[in-house]
Amino acid sequence: MTHQYPALTAEQKKELQDIAQRIVAPGKGILAADESTGSMAKRLNPIGVENTEENRRRYRQLLFTADQRIDSCIGGVIFFHETLYQKTDDGTPFAKLIKDRGIVVGIKVDKGVVPLAGTNGETTTQGLDGLSERCAQYKKDGADFAKWRCVLKISETTPSSLAIMENANVLARYASICQQNGIVPIVEPEILPDGDHDLKRCQYVTEKVLAAVYKALSDHHVYLEGTLLKPNMVTPGHSCPTKFSSEEIAMATVTALRRTVPPAVTGVTFLSGGQSEEEASMNLNSINTCPLLKPWALTFSYGRALQASALNAWRGELNNEKAATEEFIKRAQANGQAALGKFESSGTCGAAGKSLYVANHAY
Amino acid sequence: MTHQFPPLSEAQKRELHETALRIVSPGKGILAADESVGSMAKRLAQVGVENTEENRRQYRQILFSADDRINGCIGGVIFFHETLYQHSDKGVPFVKMIRERGILIGVKVDKGVVPLAGTSGETTTQGLDGLSERCAQYKKDGAVFAKWRCVLKISDSNPSKLAIAENANVLARYSSICQQHGIVPIIEPEVLPDGDHDLKRCQYVTEKVLAAVYKAMSDHHVYLEGSLLKPNMVTPGHSCSTKYSPEEVAMATVTAIRRTVPPAVPGIAFLSGGQSEEEASVHLNAINNCPLPKPWVLTFSFGRALQASALRAWRGHKENEKTATEQFIKRAEVNSLACQGKYAGGENHGEAAQRVYGSCHAY
Repeated sequence: MTHQYPALTAEQKKELQDIAQRIVAPGKGILAADESTGSMAKRLNPIGVENTEENRRRYRQLLFTADQRIDSCIGGVIFFHETLYQKTDDGTPFAKLIKDRGIVVGIKVDKGVVPLAGTNGETTTQGLDGLSERCAQYKKDGADFAKWRCVLKISETTPSSLAIMENANVLARYASICQQNGIVPIVEPEILPDGDHDLKRCQYVTEKVLAAVYKALSDHHVYLEGTLLKPNMVTPGHSCPTKFSSEEIAMATVTALRRTVPPAVTGVTFLSGGQSEEEASMNLNSINTCPLLKPWALTFSYGRALQASALNAWRGELNNEKAATEEFIKRAQANGQAALGKFESSGTCGAAGKSLYVANHAY
Repeated sequence: MTHQFPPLSEAQKRELHETALRIVSPGKGILAADESVGSMAKRLAQVGVENTEENRRQYRQILFSADDRINGCIGGVIFFHETLYQHSDKGVPFVKMIRERGILIGVKVDKGVVPLAGTSGETTTQGLDGLSERCAQYKKDGAVFAKWRCVLKISDSNPSKLAIAENANVLARYSSICQQHGIVPIIEPEVLPDGDHDLKRCQYVTEKVLAAVYKAMSDHHVYLEGSLLKPNMVTPGHSCSTKYSPEEVAMATVTAIRRTVPPAVPGIAFLSGGQSEEEASVHLNAINNCPLPKPWVLTFSFGRALQASALRAWRGHKENEKTATEQFIKRAEVNSLACQGKYAGGENHGEAAQRVYGSCHAY
């Protein structure tokens, strides 16, 4: 561990950092439109739409043809492999459509979770085989960033040491390979919100997981300035009986990140997990108004929290397309504001009022 | 690694955090006056003074009787055990003299380096035995922070994985024990400047060492907000043939800490190593003016770089005491400016014109 064999030239580093900075430019975040075929089934079934390639194409089209209002709030779009090679009705490749409006094209490159034998239902993520060649091809086809999702669960016995270490390691391998091919890796160590654990527990586990992730990235010589982090917000488990305010969630989240994420990381793009569209925007806003010092961009990389209303408005009908696109634009703008700490909640969330932040040493 | 067993109450965390913040208040740094008896031998020999307990007492008295001008420059003084229980000529305990001016008391608690068998001259640091009881006593006797120094060397084969892991681990054990007693641990993983390696090599090694240190801190459940870091600046080796500007040293240093030190750490107080008084101040100033975002306080914890001129002025003569004290006050004031990025430079400094920091991608 004494001699350096530089993994990247200064030019390669500059390219990676520039891409990362463009994705998380002020007021911008990521549309995670990379649902696998299996995941799309779960989205389309509830609205009565058949999960065909054509329906998936039509659905992504109504997102990608949103007008210029999204150009100031969407910095990047994550594609699923199939979608990267699909086109609009008039034959324009989706990747070109997105790239031409100055939005960075990203690609999900993992191949899903697989069990870790000897653990209590824990997983790692596969997809490293031939990843270098795939990255080179994706770069030619217009992608400048990638995403890889690892999953950890909180329970009496999990996450185990092995799960934390193995997932951190595979994320670091993926990140290293991406950077060799001029692709900015988004590192996603998602801790699921399933369970009845409270906020503190989630915070503790998140800190341990992120510490392991950044140690692995260091060990694998990953250039942090050319990466993004996609973590869960720190939230209570879904079945936790205690309710926590948006400010409490924000404080726990920012504290966890401050304890683990080096300032060199260009941006943190939160996943929405099981949160509703409004919750996800409110929480992101609270995170950005949290009074602790936050040296990274803090923005969104939302799937469901950007698309739920659009999906519901569409229901597969051609004449609903414009309305559906409008729903998406609305959420994109709301989250763009939230990423600047300027989001004003509309519905059930009450008065803007004064800050409810508890002193930071309670975390 | 799934359940938390909180090592500290909210009140304990608050106390530690507030102490850390006070030590590194704006414009303030640390006087490292904790030279062991053996180290004092080296200092006193250079000015022809016999290494007796009385001479050591007289020497420290010169520093501690500096007037109120140092109150705005010195946030903490690190004592050696012997000095903690010494008095001024008038019988006033040194601890009382320092505390009354609002300066915090620290104590060196390690017991020096010992060899790591099977390595090429590498060491770890001892001192954990009975450390808990010693910390409790030091707290009663007025100390609110502590210091522990680990040493790593750069050579063709060093630092080895073992040296990095072992020193990181012992620093984390020390930190954990200190915090249990309301003592803020200053964590010092010094990478020595001995050798002919260049700036890049030092940066690489420093990044690896600091990544290991903060992983160990996480593993040992250390409360980062109640700790301080005392690292080396990133510099070329002493016998390196290439010369580097203060801006290059600053860029390499700030890049290394941005990649490894979580924002939760309130302050980083650099050691001066073998640097001259002026070099150390100029470097600290350049570090504070480095254009990269720096979410921690960046200040000094200097031994020789605060005392060299004072020692030389004193030479053991009573009639030189006032002059010697003035020399110390001068360096304290210069470093107070440097830690705010406001030091315009001393004797060798050219025009205060535009400083050229260059591209961060070269680091």
